[in-house]
Amino acid sequence: MLTLERRPSPSRMWTMLTPPLAVVLTMVAGAVLFAFLGKNPVEAIRTIFWDPVFGEFAFYYRGQLLVKAAPLILIAIGLSLGFRAGIWNIGAEGQYIVGAICGAAVGLAFYPTENSLVFPLMILAGAIGGWAWAMIPAALKVLFGTNEILVSLMLVYVAEAMLASASSGLLRNPDGMGFPGSRNFKDFPAAHNDYLIESAGIHWGVVAALIAVIFAYILLSRHLLGFQIRVTGQSPRAARFAGVNPSRLILFCLGTSGALAGLAGLFEVTGPAGQISIDFNSGYGFTAIIVAFLGRLHPIGILLAGLLMALTYIGGEAAQSTLGLPASAVQVLQGMLLFFLLAVDVLTNFRIRLGKTEAA
Amino acid sequence: MDLSSINPLVLLASIMVASTPILLAAIGEMVVEKSGVLNLGVEGMMITGAVCGFVIATETGSPAVGFIAAAIGGAILALLFGFLTQYLLSNQVATGLALTLFGLGLSALIGQSYVGIKAPVTSNLHIPLLADIPVIGRILFQHDMMVYVSIAIVAAVWAVLKFTRAGLILRAVGESHDAAHALGYKVVRIRMLAIMFGGACAGLGGAYVSLIRVPQWTEGMTAGAGWIALAIVVFASWRPWRVLLGAYLFGGVTVLQLNLQAAEVPVPVALLSMSPYLITILVLVIMSINRGRAALGAPAALGRVFHASH
Repeated sequence: MLTLERRPSPSRMWTMLTPPLAVVLTMVAGAVLFAFLGKNPVEAIRTIFWDPVFGEFAFYYRGQLLVKAAPLILIAIGLSLGFRAGIWNIGAEGQYIVGAICGAAVGLAFYPTENSLVFPLMILAGAIGGWAWAMIPAALKVLFGTNEILVSLMLVYVAEAMLASASSGLLRNPDGMGFPGSRNFKDFPAAHNDYLIESAGIHWGVVAALIAVIFAYILLSRHLLGFQIRVTGQSPRAARFAGVNPSRLILFCLGTSGALAGLAGLFEVTGPAGQISIDFNSGYGFTAIIVAFLGRLHPIGILLAGLLMALTYIGGEAAQSTLGLPASAVQVLQGMLLFFLLAVDVLTNFRIRLGKTEAA
Repeated sequence: MDLSSINPLVLLASIMVASTPILLAAIGEMVVEKSGVLNLGVEGMMITGAVCGFVIATETGSPAVGFIAAAIGGAILALLFGFLTQYLLSNQVATGLALTLFGLGLSALIGQSYVGIKAPVTSNLHIPLLADIPVIGRILFQHDMMVYVSIAIVAAVWAVLKFTRAGLILRAVGESHDAAHALGYKVVRIRMLAIMFGGACAGLGGAYVSLIRVPQWTEGMTAGAGWIALAIVVFASWRPWRVLLGAYLFGGVTVLQLNLQAAEVPVPVALLSMSPYLITILVLVIMSINRGRAALGAPAALGRVFHASH
């Protein structure tokens, strides 16, 4: 019989190796799934994971990679801070939506200005919107000890109702013949998050994501606050002795992740999505949870994980059009990835011993 | 605005139907949490139950078989969660989230060719004598079978936890897994059974949405009901009859909100449709203010990883 023996400290080797291992296992399980769906498994896996980067039309897909990865990385960086300290913000989708609504509303209020200051102002509004939305669970947790998991999640549904109302009411395009959806930011140059380098898919959101990665890296490795986050995650009791103020940490972690999610929402709505519409949000807030874990809650890891997850989106779309693979198959693939990661993670913290049976 | 269009009798009668999915999911999750495990994957198990129940019921034409399939589907998904958290000792919060994300994707995949089909009709019972009582008969005794099954499950859970040895062991495992282990109880096995029970209940709750409440299949149709079930367990301080109360209160709010929308009350539709979620938050806040009382109900080992080192 197999028994588990706790390692004195997590294995460094397995910390690095488990994400690639989980990816390989997901590919194998994904291939089995695609075979069940009646598709050629090898072709499907190649279309999703290989062709977008190295295939014939890679020049088109490569640009899309950063476009999809940027919001995921931006959100996941914020989430990882809280996850490390045991503060579970799982309502990033809501903060993403509210950030987009606030930012877009500020921009649309100045329509049709040509003043280039409007875009920085929108960025600020987006970040504040997301921050404020995350402050609700944070404040409730600090004041009353309310469970932040459930509150932040409930607020996603509230934000979705707000989005529905904004796109068909307050922010509806006055020249849109009554159709729901705001003005398109492509027709509003001063407020449009245009590509800086179109072929590489780089827009301001990508720049922001890279800055977030660098700042998170410095915060976690060099700054006292980063140390406090790490200690709290590993041992809340030790953290109290080290003088960590838990309330401050909750406000910081939830606030930062909210602001980053809000930014991601703003860059998406003014760029790739183009307008506030009832379904402009595409679940990035939830997928980012997978990205954060797959990246081992480490900034560089999240950068790589975000790119990989973007690959599954793009490859999934390609497989949808060329192989007729259902869109939800990619969602299953992403869910499986997180499962496999959590499963193989046992190798990081435990040694597996053969033969020793359970003592009575 | 036309408040007279709301028939109070119909409103009250529909509360039980609206509450049953959450009640089923919440009572299952309560048992899981009583055993010391926090499974945040209720939403994923519900939606999987919803699609399994719908697919099997339309294929066989029998809602009853559909419900059984839904319970099995939910339990299998829960088994996955149990294997990861109990044998591979993964983080329960992260694994529960994974279960929800996976369940939402899987259900969309399974259900894609069943969108827009109507489910076979489940007939309402007409309990002799009781159903003929004016007013009360209409509100309480003219529903489908599952409404009464859900109440029976609550009663059974209450009785088992309160009066039986099995219930005592389950609670012991949830309060202190180390002590239970030292007494020779198989902590992991007991927790696995609780987790599977929770999955089966969540599956039934999901199938109730797709087979009776709506009755159709659409992607993500449980719309947060699983998360609300988690909140109701907290609201109920881990007590079975209070789970029933919480679920019915919540069902009442949902039904009232839908009726007010239909009656075109001068309140924004967005505000009405977000009201169930806002009220859930409000309830969570109120429960956490009375912290002393709520904390008494929470199983002491809730969410902690159990690893028998010797």
